[in-house]
Amino acid sequence: MNAVTPFEGIGASVKRKEDLRFLSGRGQYTDDINRPGQAYAYILRSPHAHARIAGIDTATAAAMPGVLAIYTGADTAGLGSIPCGWQIHNKDGSPMAEPRHPMLAEGKVRHVGDQVAVVIAESRAQAKDAAEAIGVDYDVLPAAPTLDAAQVPGAPLVHDGVAGNICYDWHIGDKAVNDAAFAAAAKIVTFETTNNRLVPNAMEPRAAIGDYDTTTGEYTLFTTSQNPHVIRLLMGAFVLQIPEAKLRVVAPDVGGGFGSKIYHYAEEAIVTWAAGKLGRPVKWTCERTESFMSDAHGRDHITKCSLALDANGKFLGLRVHTQANMGAYLSTFAPCVPTYLYATLLAGVYTTPTIYCEVTAVFTNTVPVDAYRGAGRPEATYLLERLVDIAAAETGIDRVEIRRRNFIPNDAFPYQTPVALQYDSGNYTATLDAALQAADWAGFEARRAEAAKHGKLRGIGCSTYLEACGIAPSAVVGSLGARAGLYEVGTIRVHPTGSVTVLTGAHSHGQGHETTFAQLVADRLGVPVAQVDVVHGDTAKVPFGMGTYGSRSLAVGGSAMFKAMDKIIAKGRKIAAHLMEASVEDIEFDRGTFRVAGTDRTKALAEISLAAYVPHNYPIEELEPGLEETAFYDPKNFTYPGGCHIAEIEIDPETGKVSVVNFTAVDDVGRVINPMIVEGQVQGGVAQGIGQALLEHAVYDADGQLLSGSMMDYTMPRADDLPLVGVATHTTLCTHNPLGVKGCGEVGAIGSPPAVMNAVVDALKSYGVRHIEMPATPAKIWGILHAGRKLAAE
Amino acid sequence: MPQVTLTVNGKTSTVEVEGRTLLVELLREKLRLTGTHVGCDTSQCGACVVHVNGDSVKSCTMLALQAEGAEVTTIEGLAKPDGTLHPMQEAFREYHALQCGFCTPGMVMSAIDLVQKHPQGLSEKEIREGLEGNLCRCTGYHNIVKAIAAAQEVMHGRRSELASAAE
Repeated sequence: MNAVTPFEGIGASVKRKEDLRFLSGRGQYTDDINRPGQAYAYILRSPHAHARIAGIDTATAAAMPGVLAIYTGADTAGLGSIPCGWQIHNKDGSPMAEPRHPMLAEGKVRHVGDQVAVVIAESRAQAKDAAEAIGVDYDVLPAAPTLDAAQVPGAPLVHDGVAGNICYDWHIGDKAVNDAAFAAAAKIVTFETTNNRLVPNAMEPRAAIGDYDTTTGEYTLFTTSQNPHVIRLLMGAFVLQIPEAKLRVVAPDVGGGFGSKIYHYAEEAIVTWAAGKLGRPVKWTCERTESFMSDAHGRDHITKCSLALDANGKFLGLRVHTQANMGAYLSTFAPCVPTYLYATLLAGVYTTPTIYCEVTAVFTNTVPVDAYRGAGRPEATYLLERLVDIAAAETGIDRVEIRRRNFIPNDAFPYQTPVALQYDSGNYTATLDAALQAADWAGFEARRAEAAKHGKLRGIGCSTYLEACGIAPSAVVGSLGARAGLYEVGTIRVHPTGSVTVLTGAHSHGQGHETTFAQLVADRLGVPVAQVDVVHGDTAKVPFGMGTYGSRSLAVGGSAMFKAMDKIIAKGRKIAAHLMEASVEDIEFDRGTFRVAGTDRTKALAEISLAAYVPHNYPIEELEPGLEETAFYDPKNFTYPGGCHIAEIEIDPETGKVSVVNFTAVDDVGRVINPMIVEGQVQGGVAQGIGQALLEHAVYDADGQLLSGSMMDYTMPRADDLPLVGVATHTTLCTHNPLGVKGCGEVGAIGSPPAVMNAVVDALKSYGVRHIEMPATPAKIWGILHAGRKLAAE
Repeated sequence: MPQVTLTVNGKTSTVEVEGRTLLVELLREKLRLTGTHVGCDTSQCGACVVHVNGDSVKSCTMLALQAEGAEVTTIEGLAKPDGTLHPMQEAFREYHALQCGFCTPGMVMSAIDLVQKHPQGLSEKEIREGLEGNLCRCTGYHNIVKAIAAAQEVMHGRRSELASAAE
């Protein structure tokens, strides 16, 4: 019955449809687009972390060649604030502090890179030249660039109206129950750690082109976004007051996002607004140095936690206090990252009966911090999986055994955690066992001994992680402070001759949706992948959408497509019943063929679609012509991928350099549509996780200058920093979406950092090391190995 | 304004540029060859790599005027006129060595030069070291390394066609 040859449906590693244009230089990224009559914007940014603007002199710059306009905060002060999409409430029920986030600075700058003015000129070079001639009179203020500096008594106030720089003071869990568990504990293990601040660094810098049609009054924004409909909503409704019908947002090919391109950024509003003012298209392209000081960063937590255990190593309770850096302004998702995407994950894969978590979110004089690949879940997983290893060391229980003792058992699903989530499915023993075997955990001590013969320190570490993705049920997130629904939209358009166009509100910026989504259609409707076109990223083409983040594209967007295909099949059966003079109840459908049950009378999907568009012989009284259906799918729950990552590392004591010599990932991502793409997603996520563990750190000095502010200073993982990454999957199906899928985009970045750090600590256990902070740089490791020793050279 | 005459993908052009115009700006903005990308401003990422007189060059690190008389090949000039892909392009597709595609043109151009300059063949370690000048944020390099290893077999004539990723 399979109409697709060779098999291209669910489970096939179909080569990607999008590759040909990317491999031949025909991709179309935002900066590749040029509009007739286009002018260029350059943004003058603050060199100071915190300063009052006493005056801005633009006269010289305005007279320079090619300059069309210069705008400052005085020009945009009447426009809306860049909005935040999530409102968190304090312990006392009051809402978080939510200060204005202006498009261009109004009287004060709050981080290095804050937008002060925009120059628009005939060429990029002219705009940049003129920006250098703008005189800004800054009264420099003391800065509060770190969590500590922002919370000392008398700390400089990032926003004059926000006392103590506290954005919110939130908690989850029952404190009294938690206190009782700790009072009854046989053993309490405590741990303090910093989750290092990261710069996402998608390879394509952000860019935006605003265009205004003076005839129709319509605005178009081309932008490097993961969610064009969300940008249209946020910018149109809250910042520029442009009705949706007059605003089109296009996110064409986008060169990676990892979260950093979810948010509505000021530059998008600036170019759109300026295009309207000037009646000309305005293009802005970010330079990488600007990216470092204007793209939202990730992580940046300081946490204290305690784990209560009984005498057998069973976890009795977990207590956590986290300080989270929000940066200078609230980015679109920022407040939910250290709360509902973090504290709710603290049960992990364990049966810990009580968890109490407090989170203090703090404004600082730094770039805003928001979701970066994993968003909250890597921070929770790192905390938990390091804590479990420390607990194993301090109780003398083997680190694998202590995990097994506390796993949520396979017969406990659906499993209600003490921190709001209800897991639908999983098998943590299976992924652990598969990973232990693939990594030859049992044979490790021999490898450690062999390495020691060569003067190297070997270590091995695992993490058994879980995450919540496929975000999210709208009513649930609405009750938690989200200001949007988190459903997804899919349209299936079967054309008269049987080819298919899919319109999806999800956005692909490396994930391969054009292939995976086509496979869903191939599998269900029997249309070859080559005849399925997937359209995304344009509000003028796609009815609506919430975009791609939180590993939601397949679980939510794919499910919307599945529902739309349900409707196509239901209508097709009616048409088939009419054409074959049978009752609708007798029409069966399988992969492109409608059949009268128990007979050899069939109609192909293309015959049905032709009849639908050329309805000469058609049940026109009952059915509308055409074969196109749209579905909105609102998920019933989060999805819960999980698994086990094992890192094996080797330290060269001469240099302190840590090399990852083996990495094994066994992940349960639910049903796998395209194994090749899933493996690639996991490998890429693991690379970012290894980057966090060993290399990457966004560091501000006491004045708020970003020290690691370029690719020469911020260590991006390169090919020779990374190992081959072995990836396997073990599937338990998601029980509440029609595809049984969970999501694979973030698991790599979530599971890997603690696996690597557990291995590093393991390698150094003979040195009495209890914990090492990320990133485990050569300097840090060398310092540990040589602490207290006198160098021969001295 | 000064002029530069150069041959890009077999086509000779004379273009007016400022003295400060970079080769990548000439390619992208004057010749509209937007397959060559700009991913950084410190010559670190390699998204802009093209071939100049047969050598891989970061086109963000060369002034347009320095390309006077040069033969330049960009990603757009790799495939044969009938559309047949270069073995390196084919290998990247076969081995899923690209995700977002932004680093891909520079990565492919660097990889071709790397393989051409090592006819004796490259080990996995040598391929990784040879990619020092190219950043990819999506793939973790795993499949890029595999694609280059497979492509070199075809480029050096040791295999007539690309090994399947499934082999």
